Amino acid sequence: MSFGKVLRPALVALLLALVLRPTWFIPLFRPLAPVGGPVIYERASLLSLSLSHLGLVAAASGAATVVAVTLAILVTRPTGAAFRPLSRTITNVGQTFPPVAVLALAVPALGFGAGPTLVALFLYGLLPIFENAIIGLSTLPPATMEAARGIGLNRWQRLVRVELPLALPVTLTGIRLSVVIALGTATIGSTVAARTLGEVIIAGLLTNNTAFVLQGGLIVGLFAVLIYDALVQLERHLARRMGRA
Amino acid sequence: MIEIDRITKIYDGETAVDDVSMTVETGTITVIVGTSGSGKTTLLRMINRLEEPTSGEVRINGESTLSVKPHILRRRIGYAIQGHGLFPHHSVARNIAAVPDLLNWPRDKIRARVDELLTLFSMEPAQFRDRFPSELSGGQQQRVGVARALASRPDLLLMDEPFGALDPIIRTRAQEDLRRIQQKLRSTIMLVTHDMEEAMRLGDRVAVMDGGRLVQHGTPAEIITRPATDFVANMVGDVERPLRLLSLIPVTEVMEEGAAEGAALTTRASLRDALSACLWTRRVEVPVERDGVRVGRVTLDAILARVGSHA
Repeated sequence: MSFGKVLRPALVALLLALVLRPTWFIPLFRPLAPVGGPVIYERASLLSLSLSHLGLVAAASGAATVVAVTLAILVTRPTGAAFRPLSRTITNVGQTFPPVAVLALAVPALGFGAGPTLVALFLYGLLPIFENAIIGLSTLPPATMEAARGIGLNRWQRLVRVELPLALPVTLTGIRLSVVIALGTATIGSTVAARTLGEVIIAGLLTNNTAFVLQGGLIVGLFAVLIYDALVQLERHLARRMGRA
Repeated sequence: MIEIDRITKIYDGETAVDDVSMTVETGTITVIVGTSGSGKTTLLRMINRLEEPTSGEVRINGESTLSVKPHILRRRIGYAIQGHGLFPHHSVARNIAAVPDLLNWPRDKIRARVDELLTLFSMEPAQFRDRFPSELSGGQQQRVGVARALASRPDLLLMDEPFGALDPIIRTRAQEDLRRIQQKLRSTIMLVTHDMEEAMRLGDRVAVMDGGRLVQHGTPAEIITRPATDFVANMVGDVERPLRLLSLIPVTEVMEEGAAEGAALTTRASLRDALSACLWTRRVEVPVERDGVRVGRVTLDAILARVGSHA
């Protein structure tokens, strides 16, 4: 029995139950909660926190993808090759800066809320996408590129119809890494009042309520595992179609 | 008609193609043959301006190739290369439709053209249309590559070592297919190869390049019987010259009345096939049949006489 057949639907069901029917888990979490304290987080619905969490990750990763892929396209053109080291340095800095530091620095400028978290996730997500997009765009099959030119595609048509689709599976690997990192990192956004599942975890840590920590952690973890898996499946499908697998 | 007029390409002081002129008649196959570094590929790539000539020009049906933008020019010139260069993320149908699509042909016309070409290349359209290149054999991929190059009925088809990646048996079949399709469509083809055998088999005219220069341009028989330089003679191969020559002559040319014993050759066979049959089965005459009916014979003496007349 493979992972896909049994485990995947089971994990999806578990995630849905945790988010939509948290009260089902009261008996399970009761021993972990402080005596007489709340077992299930009730200050906000877990569904709306999940949606807000996923929304933040999607927005940050989406922006990071657009910027990183655009940069990668520019530096893989003959005229942009000179900027490759520079852009690599910039995206590297984005990766080395700890997200917590970005949050702290961004709050005075952007105020509390989703803003600083978006900035931190965006910066943190650039590098893997940029690096992978560059690899994808600079390892295209030479005969295909020669033929694309030879049959009369102009630069733009070659980029849109051939280069980007062929680089997609590798780029997608970078996006997957970024998204998974962002899913986890987004939880610390709640320290600056972004609405994420981190809220549940932080509430648990502040009140010594392990049940809360576990709930928040489990939901974030399950999202990460399932989204990672879905993107892997998508990459495999694309790679298979292109005969690269 | 394709006119190549005193075309030269110089890279950083190195002359890759040196003042080459030649004329290619519409509806013929011209094979450019040479060793690697002879400039044959550069010459071909200057025709569709994948390389810009340093001097000289190419005219297609009287019109200079410099008068249009390169990518517009290339849509009128088919291009097939070694290792096919198909788009791995597009189906067979979309690959073949690439140029008609760029030219904004109507959908149903493109579809009809794709099916027509697949049929022409002996690939059942319903079976192959929606497959991806990675699901095809090497020979099939190569056929789709040539079909793509022919899709928009180009004025000219350029082929750069198109069969180089195929194994010998499939290569022979691909060459026969190309000959058959070229005769049916009356296309004008320029093909680059390093293989003299291929040049002899496919070319109406053969152009031999050496060190960037065109050293001889003529029919295969001329190249074999009157090589212009030692280099050409060497390319033809002294030992194989008579056999190469025989392979160009159909049996019908020396066929005579009369019967002979043993297995028969068809009228499409060459004298090389006839000689081979004689040697292999120890005969001095071989019967020839057309559509299963014996129409005459070829004798060993006639074959020898035919070769001797060129010595």
